[in-house]
Amino acid sequence: MKIAVCIKQVPDAEARLRLSGDGKWIDEEDLSFVINESDGYALEEALQIAERTSGEVVVFSLGPERVREALRKALALGAARGVHLKDPAFLGGDSLSTGRALAAAIASEGFDLVLTGSQSDDVGFGSTGSVIAGELGWPHAWLVMGVDLDEEGRKVKVTREMEGGMNELSNLDLPAVLEIQAGLNKPRYASLKGIMQAKKKEISEPGPGDLGLAVERLGESGAKIEVLSVAFPEAGKGAQIIEGDAETAARSLVEKLQKEARVL
Amino acid sequence: MSEKIWIVLQQRDGKINKMSWEAIRAGQALAAAVGGTAEAVLLGSGVQEAANELAQVSLNAVHVADDENLADYTPGRFVKTLEAAIGTAQPAFVLFPHTYQTVDYLPRLAQSLDAALVPEAVSFEVADGSVVWQRPILGGKMFATVRAKGSGPVLVSLQSGAYAADEVEAGTAAIESLSLDFAAMAPDREILGVEEAAGGEVDLSQAKVIVAVGRGIGDSDKMPTMQALADALGAELGASRPVIDSDWLPRNRQIGSSGQTVTPKLYIAAGISGAIQHLVGMKGSQVIVAINKDAGAPIFNVADYGIVGDLHEVVPALTAAIKEATTG
Ligand SMILES: Cc1cc2nc3c(=O)[nH]c(=O)nc-3n(C[C@H](O)[C@H](O)[C@H](O)COP(=O)(O)OP(=O)(O)OC[C@H]3O[C@@H](n4cnc5c(N)ncnc54)[C@H](O)[C@@H]3O)c2cc1C
Ligand SMILES: Nc1ncnc2c1ncn2[C@@H]1O[C@H](COP(=O)(O)O)[C@@H](O)[C@H]1O
Repeated sequence: MKIAVCIKQVPDAEARLRLSGDGKWIDEEDLSFVINESDGYALEEALQIAERTSGEVVVFSLGPERVREALRKALALGAARGVHLKDPAFLGGDSLSTGRALAAAIASEGFDLVLTGSQSDDVGFGSTGSVIAGELGWPHAWLVMGVDLDEEGRKVKVTREMEGGMNELSNLDLPAVLEIQAGLNKPRYASLKGIMQAKKKEISEPGPGDLGLAVERLGESGAKIEVLSVAFPEAGKGAQIIEGDAETAARSLVEKLQKEARVL
Repeated sequence: MSEKIWIVLQQRDGKINKMSWEAIRAGQALAAAVGGTAEAVLLGSGVQEAANELAQVSLNAVHVADDENLADYTPGRFVKTLEAAIGTAQPAFVLFPHTYQTVDYLPRLAQSLDAALVPEAVSFEVADGSVVWQRPILGGKMFATVRAKGSGPVLVSLQSGAYAADEVEAGTAAIESLSLDFAAMAPDREILGVEEAAGGEVDLSQAKVIVAVGRGIGDSDKMPTMQALADALGAELGASRPVIDSDWLPRNRQIGSSGQTVTPKLYIAAGISGAIQHLVGMKGSQVIVAINKDAGAPIFNVADYGIVGDLHEVVPALTAAIKEATTG
């Protein structure tokens, strides 16, 4: 099976966040970036399917130059090739224009399956994979916690998470887009051999023209929403912060829980 | 301006869910703010009783698609139905509850209508004649203010708890039936059924005290320290999703939108950042304590008491202090 995996590079969750100069995003200088959490699970699932079916995994990422590092990491884990959409025309989009570009890149070669994460840890639209499916005209499922392919490779039985600890089971015809939820499998670590091999693997960089896309439909100009500003939440009522070293704080917390909150 | 605002509701077995009532409230508030009218849309099979309930709400109309082909939710039929209905009625805004079902099909609806999509809004404001929406980014550590560009309907999903279901204004609404050729719409998935995800009986909803562990504990070898705190309190252990995904605790201890909803009298969150999907499962707790090394973690906005520090120091100290206080 030939599988496309979309990976997004996002700020490390532990990173210290500061506003950018224009107040519309965070300052990316000195930030460290990682592969989006659910995308790592999507990649692992794709690698396992490819191993079982003697197939191939191609990774796609849209973003600036730094994204190459995320693609390299995916190649080190076992993906065969990378496609990097880095032209400035691709950047700054919403899920509609980002999904449109990724779908066009995916459509320019044939695939049996597209795996994405279910939600990005930065903008968190939870939408891009479904938009890709819409552009391709394929069935999709969001929040996938189980992937069971039939032997002929015509159908996939999908377990989809619902609220409150329930799952929905359904069959989808292939080709399809599956938006993977974190926790589906156990992502592997890169081996030294993998890292060495990755250096020789190809990362192509198609531009809008190569994909037959008009730049007005891409990135920031093709987006249907614009970000006016971003901000840290106002300190609302907030928690009563208990000061002191660990022991002092622990003692006064226990006292407050007993005498003030009366829950101990 | 008399803009039409639609609210697409979610029901199961004919019962409208709470987040849909919250979305109705948001729609009423938006209608008041822009001088528009609010109308509800209900899809399903055998939903007449739910429609009757909506007839007693202050809405301009309730559009009901009641058809056996809509008995099972499939994105294929839901998108086709709404695409046709929105195309005819041309609402300016279409609001949805930000449920897993909505997120499953709403982006496809936006894609096929080429409509602006604002997922997970928590509030709106009218500024310079246009509506701007706030939505969380970066796990709730920050918020973005966004606005739709261009023409066409604006599709918005509203996060749980953003508007109050018990503030829905009563009134009357006329029921209108949406008649479309539902049978001609292809379902794009074959529904096989539902099953329980977790397995094994752990009912945290009855627990009086819960010690909840987050990714901040770092590794499973630190779990005995957390268990010791739970033991000292006679508490149950719970966890955020990454702890479960890493197999540090079984899935039947996950708290949050995909896990259990809990309301203990005391909830101690250690090394949990406070993403919305976790908060919806525990914010009804009577007293919340947060232990986190990051003073900016969103968990501190819902907590009653907070200790900013390394949980590996604070948790053992807390266990000792509790033992001291309860035995002496
Ligand atoms: C559809 C969907 C459903 C989801 N369902 C759920 C759900 O049911 N339940 C759930 O919990 N999540 C759920 N999530 C995931 C959720 O969005 C968050 O990713 C998750 O809750 C984060 O868990 P966390 O707070 O443990 O980890 P993180 O967000 O990584 O936070 C770790 C925290 O630990 C702190 N920390 C690190 N080291 C220390 C230390 N030594 N001492 C003290 N503090 C420390 C850090 O400052 C940080 O705040 C869902 C996500 C999606 C998209
Ligand atoms: N810029 C991007 N490059 C590659 N994949 C992306 C990009 N943006 C989103 N995705 C994919 O779409 C999923 C959902 O993202 P989002 O809609 O932003 O929540 C992610 O988990 C990725 O798999």
